[in-house]
Amino acid sequence: MAQARNAVIVGGNRIPFGKAGGAYASVSNQDMLTAALDGLVARFGLAGQRVGEVAAGAVLKHSRDFNLTRETVLGSALDPTTPAYDLQQACGTGLEAVIQVANKIQLGQIDSAIAGGVDSASDAPIAVGEGLRRALLRANHAKTTAQRIQAFASIRPGDLAPETPRNSEPRTGLSMGEHQARTAKEWGISREAQDELAAASHHNMARAWDEGFFDDLVTPFRKLSKDQGLRPETSVEKLAKLSPVFGKGEGATMTAGNSTPLSDGAALVLVSSEEWAAERNLPVLARFVDAEVAAVDYVSGDEGLLMAPAYAVPRLLARQGLSLQDFDLYEIHEAFASTVLTTLAAWEDEEFAAERLGLDAPLGAIDRSRLNVNGSSLAAGHPFAATGGRIVASLAKMLSDKGPGSRGLISICAAGGQGVVAILEAV
Amino acid sequence: MTKVLDVLTGNPVAKAVGKQLGVPQATELRRGRSLPTGDVVLAVLAGSGATSSATREALKGLGVTPVDAVRDEPAARTTGEDGRAVPPAYSSKIGAVVLDATALATVPELEGVRAVLRPALRALGSSGRVIVVGTAPELTDSPEAAAVQQALEGITRSVGKELRKGGTANLVLVSTETTGAALSSTLSFLLEGRSAYVSGQPWRVLGAEAGQVPSDPAAPFADKVVVVTGAARGIGAGIAEVFARDGASLVVVDIPAAGEALTKVANRLGGTALQLDITSPDAGQKIAAHVAARHGKDARIHAIIHNAGITRDKLLVNTDEDRWGSVLEVNLAAEIRINEVLLDADVAGGLAEGGRIVGVASTSGVAGNRGQTNYAASKAGVIGLVRAEAPVVADRGITVNAVAPGFIETEMTDRIPFATREFARRFNSLSQGGKPVDVAETIAYLAAPDSGAVTGQVIRVCGQSQIGA
Ligand SMILES: NC(=O)c1ccc[n+]([C@@H]2O[C@H](COP(=O)([O-])OP(=O)(O)OC[C@H]3O[C@@H](n4cnc5c(N)ncnc54)[C@H](O)[C@@H]3O)[C@@H](O)[C@H]2O)c1
Repeated sequence: MAQARNAVIVGGNRIPFGKAGGAYASVSNQDMLTAALDGLVARFGLAGQRVGEVAAGAVLKHSRDFNLTRETVLGSALDPTTPAYDLQQACGTGLEAVIQVANKIQLGQIDSAIAGGVDSASDAPIAVGEGLRRALLRANHAKTTAQRIQAFASIRPGDLAPETPRNSEPRTGLSMGEHQARTAKEWGISREAQDELAAASHHNMARAWDEGFFDDLVTPFRKLSKDQGLRPETSVEKLAKLSPVFGKGEGATMTAGNSTPLSDGAALVLVSSEEWAAERNLPVLARFVDAEVAAVDYVSGDEGLLMAPAYAVPRLLARQGLSLQDFDLYEIHEAFASTVLTTLAAWEDEEFAAERLGLDAPLGAIDRSRLNVNGSSLAAGHPFAATGGRIVASLAKMLSDKGPGSRGLISICAAGGQGVVAILEAV
Repeated sequence: MTKVLDVLTGNPVAKAVGKQLGVPQATELRRGRSLPTGDVVLAVLAGSGATSSATREALKGLGVTPVDAVRDEPAARTTGEDGRAVPPAYSSKIGAVVLDATALATVPELEGVRAVLRPALRALGSSGRVIVVGTAPELTDSPEAAAVQQALEGITRSVGKELRKGGTANLVLVSTETTGAALSSTLSFLLEGRSAYVSGQPWRVLGAEAGQVPSDPAAPFADKVVVVTGAARGIGAGIAEVFARDGASLVVVDIPAAGEALTKVANRLGGTALQLDITSPDAGQKIAAHVAARHGKDARIHAIIHNAGITRDKLLVNTDEDRWGSVLEVNLAAEIRINEVLLDADVAGGLAEGGRIVGVASTSGVAGNRGQTNYAASKAGVIGLVRAEAPVVADRGITVNAVAPGFIETEMTDRIPFATREFARRFNSLSQGGKPVDVAETIAYLAAPDSGAVTGQVIRVCGQSQIGA
């Protein structure tokens, strides 16, 4: 097989992430994605230019968002002849979009692309209940007035209660937090360790903001110029005072402080071939090396809902002939502080290695000073589909700052028991 | 929202009321790359000093065919029906009068100025131009010649105040070395609508070298990188727009918090947005790195426009060190630091040889302003800076100049209380506020590749404001 060419990360742009019901309470997915796209276009001087494609998605979508990304392109400063499509893989959406376009670039199908995602927990779609929906459909199909009246008459008061999208797994009825609370308990993850990780996330991200790290990664939107949920002044002591919200009774460890809040935001990454970037004098931050997606059977209770990255990473490492310690930076998405800690614990565990991964030895520990060094989702917030783009752009910049050859690992857990992981390397 | 100014000029009733109240009528100014519609009159005044042919050559170079001046000499006068002497007159409206007064060296020789201007002012059409070209007084060889040349400034400033209907009067001071080519960009700017809001100003064009004459006069900045700070809104956005019109590759800079507006400017004009606080210690390096990375590693900046600025107004008796320091930091210290980096020939992406630096001062920096001591300090500092830096970098073909805007209509000035705003916008010879484009055009003239002979100058863009006049 011919050696595939490189796909490289040129840069990224996101809007500051807002708290649900906060700065972007009245803003749509399309508004946010357009703002992120226009900011990216402005940063790289792409106004009026055609890009190979734009791939993005949202987890919470209105029916009007059926062609969200293409509509966004049409409302942006890009050339309207830029093709676009939506894709979705729960919280893995943003990273999956990057993988998708990187693969196309490596194959030579396109030379450039913009990938990422957007989500609004504030402007989440509210669907009518099943009974009302059926009645409306019947009325719509009715041929006579009498039939129509009949259809409406079948509506019961209970049918009028709207259904908001669930943050729970359809097959277990448990919320993601409840699922993770079980996993955390199984792995014996302490409250203190979770609070420490949460405090570090806020402190690291606050420092990064102060240092101007985000100056060329974020474009303000709607008067918000910093992530709204960021709490620079938080501390392990303050976090320790919060009551658990997931899990029950004795031993419940997961609080609002060490779980990511619902958020709004959008993030995009510019990916291209090296030639495309060079022709336009665009920077090349990092090379997209490889990616892997795993899924686990959480429904039977065989594995924790958010444990799939623990499987995806060893597969990816094996394919690349790398060890877990061969990385300069690790970005493990903080869905919950305990997700990061259970994942790390699993990689260090002999039994998990032998029985689950079929390996002779565990992957081992990582140097924790290389983990989420500029904060992650606990501090930034986690608008589901936007997280991948946020992480890819930030990591690519950090790797580029570290110098050629520096390697970074991204691990993102997603609803449905999936995990999307990828490797970037500075060039 | 209707502005009072528009009402006073546009609405016939309000116009009548305005007239009764004695409010001078504001004329819609001729703007852009447009020459006056009437003839351009050239008068080369005879004098005993050294003569210069620069003015005539410059007009020729611009493709302007001047007509001769009508002179108010006793012999040329006729007698009117009432028996009074009637000065000679032009047969139709004229667009501009260019007066080459470089040779004047004795007091009686100043009579020539009066003789030309008297009929010319009567005949000047709307947005007409009076352009006096003199010899810089410090370069004359006798005290009387210096005095006579200085007298031109008094004449020009008074004429500026006498003109109506958007007319302007300016004085350009040259040396015996100034060539026609070197003077050309200045005369073109003054004749065209680009100088709409510049009046009553003297400045020097002393060099012999024009610099680089652009191949396409409509796109003088083609293939040139121009950096504009504070470009997210207001005057800065206007500056970016004019440079984009004139073909520049733009880098627009503003604080990260202004990124959303900056994005719009960059995408509209096709430049790149650089979110950067100019007060950060490595701002100069960041700008240079952006240029080197984004425009090719051999790329250099043709012009940097230091427009970003803030006000923190308070009477000095109420001013603490934060208000004092922040204004000086943004408006002056940052500019000094950035220039230092960009002027280093070894810095990739720094200022090109033959490059341009343009600062933005303020009439407050010239005249001072109650409650703006910190701001006036910073803006007067900008004036000091360009005067000091210009000679230092002259051998590299780099010029350093500044504009000093007066009352410019922006979102910021829209928020000034009505009465104060109305007073401020009318307290000048053109009886109106300027527009961001007026500041921008003056900056673009100073930054033009063929304005190499203009350096160390501060041009007020204030409609000849009474403030600091
Ligand atoms: N408007 C007037 O009448 C007037 C008159 C005289 C002089 N000026 C000068 O003209 C310039 C522009 O004025 P304006 O009216 O457009 O003001 P403005 O406030 O509308 O715009 C100034 C821009 O500079 C930016 N800026 C401020 N601090 C910055 C920093 N540290 N780094 C980067 N960018 C920064 C702001 O974000 C803003 O976008 C200023 O230097 C001002 O002092 C204005």
